Amino acid sequence: MMNKVIIKSLGDAALIVQLGEGISPSIHKRVRSLQLSLENQPFKGFMEAVPSYNNITIYYNPFVVYQAYPDKNGTTSFQKVSTFLHQLFTNLNERSQLEESIVSIPVLYGGQWGPDLADVAKHNGLTPDEVIQLHTSEDYLVYMIGFAPGFPFLGGMDQRIATPRKETPRLAIPAGSVGIAGEQTGVYPVETPGGWQIIGRTPVDLFLPNQSPPTLLQSGDKVRFVPITFEEYETYKEESR
Amino acid sequence: MSIQVIQPGLMTTIQDLGRFGSQKYGVVVSGSMDSYALRIANILVGNSENEGALEMTLVGATLKFTEDTLIALTGGDFQATIDGKLIPMWRPILVPKGATLKCKAAVKGCRGYMSFAGGFEIPTVMNSQSTYTRAHLGGFEGRALQKRDHLTCKALTERNHAMIQLVTSKVEPITWAANGQALVHSTQTPTIRFLPGTEFDRFDHTSQQTLVSQPYTLTTAADRMGYRLAGQPLTLSEPFSLLSEGVTYGTIQVPPNGQPIILMADRQTTGGYPKIGQVISADLPKLAQLQPNATIRFTQVTMEEAERAFIEKEQIIQEIEQAIRLKLNN
Repeated sequence: MMNKVIIKSLGDAALIVQLGEGISPSIHKRVRSLQLSLENQPFKGFMEAVPSYNNITIYYNPFVVYQAYPDKNGTTSFQKVSTFLHQLFTNLNERSQLEESIVSIPVLYGGQWGPDLADVAKHNGLTPDEVIQLHTSEDYLVYMIGFAPGFPFLGGMDQRIATPRKETPRLAIPAGSVGIAGEQTGVYPVETPGGWQIIGRTPVDLFLPNQSPPTLLQSGDKVRFVPITFEEYETYKEESR
Repeated sequence: MSIQVIQPGLMTTIQDLGRFGSQKYGVVVSGSMDSYALRIANILVGNSENEGALEMTLVGATLKFTEDTLIALTGGDFQATIDGKLIPMWRPILVPKGATLKCKAAVKGCRGYMSFAGGFEIPTVMNSQSTYTRAHLGGFEGRALQKRDHLTCKALTERNHAMIQLVTSKVEPITWAANGQALVHSTQTPTIRFLPGTEFDRFDHTSQQTLVSQPYTLTTAADRMGYRLAGQPLTLSEPFSLLSEGVTYGTIQVPPNGQPIILMADRQTTGGYPKIGQVISADLPKLAQLQPNATIRFTQVTMEEAERAFIEKEQIIQEIEQAIRLKLNN
């Protein structure tokens, strides 16, 4: 059912399985299916797999593969893992149930929590309320987590609120900041420098180092932003303490 | 057992072999820069290879021991002394109660490893003791060691005790040492072997030639996250944009300014710069032992060669481990 898969080496201890081109929910579904299938039936020497928009990076120990799957033909561990993955891919059942959880993220928009809300509105010829309305009207697909612990790469933002990055990045963006960069939207789980247009802040933690899994969001989840008041923001903060 | 930090050195952190399994959550792997040196250090004191140990950088630490403690020093040479007397590396050493162990600046290599029998009594975060300072994760309070920190060791295992017995045996004092040179052989201008990266073909022919013919220098921006190199710039045949995807230790990526960056232990989990190459695993410890301003050359190898080098090093470590096991059983 799935015919095209390209495997590229990423050195001698990792490889990339390419499942399509560009960004689309259907390609990402294949990514998730293969990810789950691999985690459920890993090969010996498998260490971990990291999904992205249209591919999966698989980390393995070539010495363990070499010892676990001996042969006389001098086949490399890379070839052995590739063969395993091709087989796994051929037998992949795309209809298998993929859990779809929708995670609500409360956001206090504007003010000191979203200093760029007015600029984003002005850039798009909208009122701040219209920006909030558009930003909260979509469910966003989490394509991948990367860049920083728990940082979600989200897809599906309404292009009517797309805004270029700031010309001069801020030195510190507070944890929980919700921003727009070009046609993307996202949330900063930890304080970092950054050039995104910050339109609001969530009181909930996205990175939970002492929990398993350690992040609020995972690849494949849907995110829904919910506007909250200052009082509600404070209540959330109290509760998480 | 407790160890008091008198001087922390330039950047001393606790590292094990890395925080694997959480990269899909964006959690950085970290772990030792020179995994061979860490593994041998642990084997020498009777620990498991993955136990957390101290990784010192350029300038080592000074520690005071409040109990007899079995340690081993591997990796870069920091001219370590106990109460003023130079101590050998790559060998188990029993530091007596009350002694002060002093490390100086590295005279060879860049990163030294100090293992402690039993390992450190610190929490394991996401299956690892490794420190990732940028996110204040793992290790000793998520940071590099500071003056007046107190490190505590875990209870010793039977294997730790056996090693202590071997070291303190009056009949036959230890004269052997593990052969660290067999794992990382340092030269003036080391050659770093690489496999073509996923975007190797996107670079113009001249750049592909430049990478293997011209030297590159480590800039002072060379830390646990990545080594920024300086040399002939590398250019793409035509510009294109890449979606963020997984990267790994040793990925040679090229940002728009054309100066390559080698990703190291504290690399981000994903990246969007084109990848011209990937340093082979067997040469990562060699890279880890280079100081800023070092000059390197790149040479391209095949997957067969890379895997053969990987397997050879693993076999050397196994041989060292077996030789020590034999000594313990005698």
